[in-house]
Amino acid sequence: MLRSVRSLHIRSQTLVKGRGLANAAPKFPAQSQGHLPTSNSPLVSKLQFFNSVTSESGQIPTYRVLDGMGKLIDGAEVPDALSEDFARRLYENMQLLPTLDNLLYNVQRQGKISFYVTSYGEEATIIGSAAALAPDDEVLGQYREMGVLLWRGFGVNSVMAQCFGNQEDKSGKGRQMPMHFGSPELHFHTISSTLATQIPHAAGVGYALKRDPSRRGKNVAVVYFGEGAASEGDFHAGMLLASTIPAPTVFIARNNGFAISTPASEQFYGDGIAARGPGYGVDTVRVDGNDILAVLNAVKEARRRCLESGRAVLIEAMTYRVGHHSTSDDSFAYRGRQEVEDRKKIDNPITRFRLFMESQGWWSSDEEEELKRRLKKDVLEAFKRAEGVKRHQLKELFSDVYGGQEPWNIKEQREELASLLKKYGEVWEPWRNELGNFQDKGQELFKE
Amino acid sequence: MTVRDALNVAMEEEMLRDESVFIMGEEVARYNGAYKITKGLLDKFGEKRVVDTPITEMGFAGMAVGAALAGLRPVCEFMTFNFAMQAIDQIVNSAGKTYYMSGGNVPCPVVFRGPNGAAAGVGAQHSQDYAAWYGSVPGLKVVSPWSAEDCKGLLKVHSGSIHSTCRSLSAAIRDPNPVVFLENEMMYGISFPMSQEAMSDNFTLPIGKCKVERVGKDVTIVAHSKMVTHSMEAAEILEKEEGIQAEVINLRSIRPLDIDTIKESVKKTNRLLIVEGGFPAFGVGSEICAQIIESEAFDYLDAPVERVTGADVPTPYATNLEALAFPDTPLIVKVAKRALYRV
Repeated sequence: MLRSVRSLHIRSQTLVKGRGLANAAPKFPAQSQGHLPTSNSPLVSKLQFFNSVTSESGQIPTYRVLDGMGKLIDGAEVPDALSEDFARRLYENMQLLPTLDNLLYNVQRQGKISFYVTSYGEEATIIGSAAALAPDDEVLGQYREMGVLLWRGFGVNSVMAQCFGNQEDKSGKGRQMPMHFGSPELHFHTISSTLATQIPHAAGVGYALKRDPSRRGKNVAVVYFGEGAASEGDFHAGMLLASTIPAPTVFIARNNGFAISTPASEQFYGDGIAARGPGYGVDTVRVDGNDILAVLNAVKEARRRCLESGRAVLIEAMTYRVGHHSTSDDSFAYRGRQEVEDRKKIDNPITRFRLFMESQGWWSSDEEEELKRRLKKDVLEAFKRAEGVKRHQLKELFSDVYGGQEPWNIKEQREELASLLKKYGEVWEPWRNELGNFQDKGQELFKE
Repeated sequence: MTVRDALNVAMEEEMLRDESVFIMGEEVARYNGAYKITKGLLDKFGEKRVVDTPITEMGFAGMAVGAALAGLRPVCEFMTFNFAMQAIDQIVNSAGKTYYMSGGNVPCPVVFRGPNGAAAGVGAQHSQDYAAWYGSVPGLKVVSPWSAEDCKGLLKVHSGSIHSTCRSLSAAIRDPNPVVFLENEMMYGISFPMSQEAMSDNFTLPIGKCKVERVGKDVTIVAHSKMVTHSMEAAEILEKEEGIQAEVINLRSIRPLDIDTIKESVKKTNRLLIVEGGFPAFGVGSEICAQIIESEAFDYLDAPVERVTGADVPTPYATNLEALAFPDTPLIVKVAKRALYRV
């Protein structure tokens, strides 16, 4: 029996509670004493401090469609585009994501890949938002948005190729650590390790879209980031640019409660990320990130507003990071297991949608089993296959540092490696073995 | 033509040639540029191509990077490169490394330009020379022009318009690389003669090649930016007063560094001075010295390599102290003589 959804109180708060009396944003006085010159700011005689953007001293409300049992709440609106097929596609992707996560997390633990980042608990936020975008909207992610790529058809083989860094990796030619996906075809900008730098980039991408006559008014730039990353200067810089220049960029903050071990309650003092939007003058909404229908509605509307105004729009999706930050983290060092178990039970995005689908007659437990079996099989096959694929050619170590004509220092380094391999590559066993891992055994280096 | 005009003309020509080129930065549009480098461009091209930004280097440099990643060719102006430190992560980690990290999927054809190094009486936090900082980063190209011809030819090159017919070997026509273009405020007002060729709107110069500004046989003086002026003056004095023929090399490019031209010169003269406005430690001079002694040119040296650099102190504001904090012509003359064992 699911606990009532009233108990979304968790020890690590995603929003700061009990900040004392929040002072509401001031109401307009009945009689204004006029305005400041060149401003609509009314002049008042009462000295009134405020620290809230809402008019009733409460927190910014959270938009929701389905309750914890997958039932429509009072006054809820089901998305227009929701056919059975679409719902199934949503659900399948919501299940594919954790299926991949389960396997690849364990694969990392076995030492077969170096690193992995799971998305447990955030499936609705990621798949729901991806599904509300146009397939050619430009997406700039942080690192927990593999689901967007899955929605767009990246495929499990491509995921495996990047994580294994084998010769099929088109995201980075096998140079990068896992999770640094990228796909120009799918309009997904290559993930970069630096936190929040993608936020001002997104303002620039939005600007470029606006400048392109074939995409103006049709596409937006979409940037994802966590509530922790939103503390970075880059967040404010990006928001500022996208609101002033302006640039058609949708900002999606995944407030999942944690930045590694830092709970959201220590990350900011204001009312979450949503409270910042009005500070920049941009349309803002807070949404229940674990309710895929709410996310769909919110992102769709945000996108519409963004295209219409050509200006930044901010969405704060409230969710919970069920898994560890990454394979380099053990979150039980800073939170209780019970808290995580509770959260998985009482507010599970996948369960909530499944119950809704079942209530529509669109899903059954037989189909559930079949789906899980099939996804597991696909993922396992892709993994077994990827293990055996060789790496890119060794010469790719030196390519793409620069475009165009290669500077002499790159050429010199490559020639140096080639001469070392010529001398020792066959005779020294460690090198001979290592060369065997590369697609061409390093032979292409000798051809330069 | 003054350096200022040369930069202005270069940007105008490239913006005419290629619609995707646009300028952004603080004060570039309505104010005509903090140093008037972008004068008149807002009137000619409009708000969409010359964009005033709010005061956030991190923000507008990041936005320039994003626009470049999406296929435009931004010219991002920093009021000085001191302020670019606020944006250095975007320059180094995003612009510099994305092409490599994305496996060649995502080039970043952005130009970061602005005054670098000392001006006059601007204090410690407005006088630093960043050539060595950016010069160490693989993935970036770094240019430090001196004359009006340098500025025009080199800026156009990595505005890299698709239509320019670059006669040089450089691949700058389609240069997808991010370029750090280090100007110097003191040079903006200086006028240089321009050849007929340099005046043409197709004129470009290759990145990664020095220019021998003055041929000589007795000592090699390598310099970049404003220090080329002092080196040329020093060469005049050395010839008149000492009969010493100094060869002066204008580096033009910090990265890629044209060490071959320097090597050939050292093999001819056997003595090397490197003159720069930056701090001495871990600087451009250190790098050139290291590369020379690692090469066959080491065997040709008849004297230790000399670095003539800014003083190892935060630049003082007081005029008299500031003058002591940077190399000047008499100092270069003195060091050149020392390299020839004439002191």
